[in-house]
Amino acid sequence: MNPLLPELGLVLWMSVAFLVVLFLLKKFAWKGIIKALNDREEFIERSLKSAEEAKAKMSELKSDNEKLLAEARKEREQILKEAKVMKEQILSEAKITATQEGDRLISSARKEIDKEKNQALTDIKKQVSELSIAVAEKVIRKELSDNSAHEALVSSHFDQQSN
Amino acid sequence: MQLAKIQILTRNLKVTFLTLVVLFTTFSVALAEHSTKNSAEKESFNAGEVIMHHVMDNHEIHIGPLHVPLPIMLYSKEKGLDIFMSSHLSHGEAYNGYIMVHEKIYHVGTDGKLSHDKDGHVNAARPLDLSITKSVFGMLLTMIIMLVVFISINTSYRKNAMQAPKGIQSFFEPLILFVMDEIAKPSIGKKYQKFLPYLLTIFFFIWIGNMLGLIPFIGGFNVTGNIAVALVLALFTFIITSVNGNKDYWKHIYNTPGVPWWLKFPIPLMFVIEFIGFISKPVVLTLRLFANITAGHIIILSFVSLIFIFNNLYGAGGGYGVSILSVAFSIFMFAIELLVAFLQAYVFTLLSALYFGSAVEEHDHAH
Repeated sequence: MNPLLPELGLVLWMSVAFLVVLFLLKKFAWKGIIKALNDREEFIERSLKSAEEAKAKMSELKSDNEKLLAEARKEREQILKEAKVMKEQILSEAKITATQEGDRLISSARKEIDKEKNQALTDIKKQVSELSIAVAEKVIRKELSDNSAHEALVSSHFDQQSN
Repeated sequence: MQLAKIQILTRNLKVTFLTLVVLFTTFSVALAEHSTKNSAEKESFNAGEVIMHHVMDNHEIHIGPLHVPLPIMLYSKEKGLDIFMSSHLSHGEAYNGYIMVHEKIYHVGTDGKLSHDKDGHVNAARPLDLSITKSVFGMLLTMIIMLVVFISINTSYRKNAMQAPKGIQSFFEPLILFVMDEIAKPSIGKKYQKFLPYLLTIFFFIWIGNMLGLIPFIGGFNVTGNIAVALVLALFTFIITSVNGNKDYWKHIYNTPGVPWWLKFPIPLMFVIEFIGFISKPVVLTLRLFANITAGHIIILSFVSLIFIFNNLYGAGGGYGVSILSVAFSIFMFAIELLVAFLQAYVFTLLSALYFGSAVEEHDHAH
C-alpha cells in the first residue's frame, strides 16, 4: 500500500471520465452559462449607460423647464409692471379729466348762478320800480286830490329842477 | 431587526454545534467500545493501518457497518475481460483465478495460490485493474453532481435570461464569476475565453470532490487526495499548456532571451533550469493537491484514532476523557478542511491559469 503510486486503472478511468465530462459540460453548461453571464453583464452595462443618458436628458429638460419658468416669471413681472404703470396713468388721467370736468361744471354753475342772480336782480329792480311807481301814483293821487298839494308838488319839482 | 435575526441565528448555530459535539462524542466512544470488543481477538488497534486503509483506494465502500461491494473489472491478455462483484474477493480467497491482497489483485499460480519469492514478497502477475473502486465511484459521483448541477443552471440561465439568479443558480454564480474574473482574466489575459471551460471544470471538480471527501458516513471518499486523480488533472493542465504554447513560450525554454551567452554555451545551463521548471510544474501541481487533501484526512482520522488508542490503553474512561479534546480538535480540523477544500481548488485552478497565461503571452520585448 503506497499512496504515492498511482493506480493505472484509476488513471485511465479518470482520464476518460474527465474528458467526457469536460466535453459535456463545455457543450451543455459552460457555453450557455458564460454567454448568459456575458450577455447579462453587457445588458446591465447598457442599461446603466442608457439610464445615465436618460438622467442627463432629464436634467437638460429640467434646466430647460426652469429657463422657461424663469422667462415666464419675468414676463409676468413685466406685464404686471406695465399694468401698474398703465393703471397709474389711467388714474392720473381720470383725475385730470375729473378735475377739469368739475372745474368746468363749477364755472358753468357759477355762470348760471350769476345769470340767475342778475336775472333775479333785474326782476327785483323792475318789480321794485313798478311797485315804487304804483306807490308813487297812489301817493301822488292822494296828494293831488287837493290843489294846494298839487301845486306844492309841482313847485317843489320845479325848485328841484331849477337848482 | 437585522441584529435580532443575527442573534437568533448565532444562538441556533451554537445549539446545533453543541448537539453535534455531544452526538459525535457518544458516537465515537460507542465505536471505540465496539472496536475494543473486536480487538480482543486482534490484540491491538493499529491506527496507522486504519488511517491508510481509509485514505487509500478500496474495492468496497464502508457505510457505517455496511460493506457495499463494488464491481471489479479486470483485463489481461490471457484471460480477457472479467467482471464480477468485489464481495467474491473481499475475504482473501481466490476467485476465478484472481486473489486480492491489500487491495491489489493478482493472478493466482497454477496451484491456485498466490506465489511468493524467497523473501516472502508477492511475486505474481497483475491484471489491468479497471474496477469501479471507491475512488472511481467517488470521482464518477462528483462528475454526475457536476453534470446535473451545471446543466440545470444552464437551463435556468436560458429560462430567465437577463434576470437576477435564483436558487442554486445564485449559489454557483459567484463561484463561476470568481473563476472568470479573479482567476482566468487576470492570469491569462485576452485569450481567457478559450481556457474558461477547462478552468471551470477543474475548479468545480476539485472543490466538489474535496467536499465529498469531507461528508462523514458515506464511505470516506478521498477522490482528489488520490495521487492518480491529481496526476491526471495536472497532466491535462500540462498538455493544454504545451499544446497552446506559442513560439515565445518554447523559445523561453530552449533559448531563454535576455541572459548572458555563457549560460547557454558550452554548457546549456539555462536550458536545463528551464526544462526542470517545465517538468516540475505538473509534478508540483499533483503533489500539492494530493498531499493537502490526504493530509487533512489523515489529521482528522488521527484525532479520532486517539480515542481508540486511549480506549485500548486505559479502558472506556480514557476513551471518554480524551474524546472531548479529540472531537473538539477534529471539528476544528474539519472547519479548516472546508477552507482547504476551496483553497486547493482555487490554487490548482489559479496555477493552471497562470501556466496557460505564460503559454499564450505575447512578448513584444526581450527580458
